[in-house]
Amino acid sequence: MKLNTRRGRYTETVFQFLCLLAIALPLVLLVLLLADVISDTHGRLTWDFLTSYPSRKAERAGILPGLVGSIYLISLTAAMALPIGIGAAVYLEEYDKRGKLAALIELNISNLAGVPSIIYGLLGLELFVRIIGLGSSLLAGACTMTLLVLPIMIMSSREALKTIPQSFREGAYALGATRWQTVRQVVLPLALPGILTGAILSISRAIGEAAPLLVVGALAYITFLPSGLDSPFTVLPIQIFNWVSRPNQSFLENAAAGIVVLMAAMLLLNSFAIILRNRLHKRRYW
Amino acid sequence: MSSNEAAKISVRNLNAWFGEKLVIRDIDIEIPEKQATAIIGPSGCGKSTFIRCCNRMHELVPGARVQGSIQLDEESIYDRSIDPVLLRRRIGMVFQKPNPFPSMSIRDNVLSGLKLTKSGRLKEADSIVENALQQAALWDEVKDRLNDPGIGLSGGQQQRLCIARALAVEPEVLLMDEPCSALDPVATARIEDLIHGLKDDYTIVIVTHNMQQAARVSDRTAFFLMGELVEYRGTKRMFTTPKDKRTEDYITGKFG
Repeated sequence: MKLNTRRGRYTETVFQFLCLLAIALPLVLLVLLLADVISDTHGRLTWDFLTSYPSRKAERAGILPGLVGSIYLISLTAAMALPIGIGAAVYLEEYDKRGKLAALIELNISNLAGVPSIIYGLLGLELFVRIIGLGSSLLAGACTMTLLVLPIMIMSSREALKTIPQSFREGAYALGATRWQTVRQVVLPLALPGILTGAILSISRAIGEAAPLLVVGALAYITFLPSGLDSPFTVLPIQIFNWVSRPNQSFLENAAAGIVVLMAAMLLLNSFAIILRNRLHKRRYW
Repeated sequence: MSSNEAAKISVRNLNAWFGEKLVIRDIDIEIPEKQATAIIGPSGCGKSTFIRCCNRMHELVPGARVQGSIQLDEESIYDRSIDPVLLRRRIGMVFQKPNPFPSMSIRDNVLSGLKLTKSGRLKEADSIVENALQQAALWDEVKDRLNDPGIGLSGGQQQRLCIARALAVEPEVLLMDEPCSALDPVATARIEDLIHGLKDDYTIVIVTHNMQQAARVSDRTAFFLMGELVEYRGTKRMFTTPKDKRTEDYITGKFG
């Protein structure tokens, strides 16, 4: 047999090339998109843009209420969704692993993760805005967003818990630890980086959502910052949506600048998640 | 067992299942106090399941079930009034694969049982750490780096760390589930030496698939086959003059 020809070699090269193409395509598109958007801003992206309120005059308009609103909304959402999501995942994974109830809940959660976000908006409108009577407030928006991110957060937290080998749980039980002591002191510390990575990714999805918040009643034109949980609010995507829908060309420049701000916020959150994940891998000993 | 030896654990009609599968059946056995008892048998004969019934770890597996009675010092451990969590503080366990907690230092691993359960004995933490590591014959190797991660030790050292961790809780019984199967011969010899010393203070039950190991470390040996207890005698007699044909075939290497 000759050693210098191998039948699989050609196929391998082609396959490698196709994979490279698959990774290059989205990257190139993303760079093009970013470049296009940045060139559309025509220098609108200044410090003043970040610190001004919207205005009827495009050149004086800024994104401050949207930016602050987004930050408030996401922080509130995280504060509500994290404990509920982690709690639900711990229950499903550590307490009721093979129960009938868990199986039913699991099925529903994976279905919920696929429900379009506008449906959550309708639910939020009915439940939080009308029945509970929160009105079109920051809190109602955050509650709606919490519902939206919870299924993904629960699923990713469960995955993180699943990666912790059973032998550590057994080691703790064998020392006379209760289930709660085992979860609290052995399992959660090991799973936390993974849980947080999933949580940040699901929250960074929420930061780009406009549809459910429009339904809940976030305002598009707002000249003040939210003063409390019951205050009206707006967010970046809604502000952008509003500018895009104006006929005046200079508002489109504002929209482009807004998009850059939104992208920057998302990339910031995602890179934070990547840093956390890398730390997880460094600490992974098993 | 002769009448002057007290039984630490006595088992009557023990059956255990995984789901529908009966993995051990009708086990009767008396395990003497402060001796080492070896459980031998081929893979899948139920020996690990048996010792996991003794500290009620078996029931943690979803679908697992136990029937029959196990008494620890004449107290029935499957009685409703018994809290399995408290029972496990009296019956320690060492596993097949060393499993020190990866996020903890050597010192914290030794103390982990006390920390997990918020024991008041933590006030004497330093002497507990030294004592447990001495008993596990690990002190001299790690005394200068107690705050290094436990996971940085070699496999054999990790297993001795796990033994120290189990001893720090001050159990009466130490169950060992093939503690040397992941270790090289040198590390294995160290653990075996250790067992010789430990049986002065603890009742030891060691599961092993290695018959030479059973012969070296144990006072009594039980041979399990397909979920049943075939023979249970003093180790020397078991290996020289087995009564049962199946025991003889197994220890002479005809199967297994």
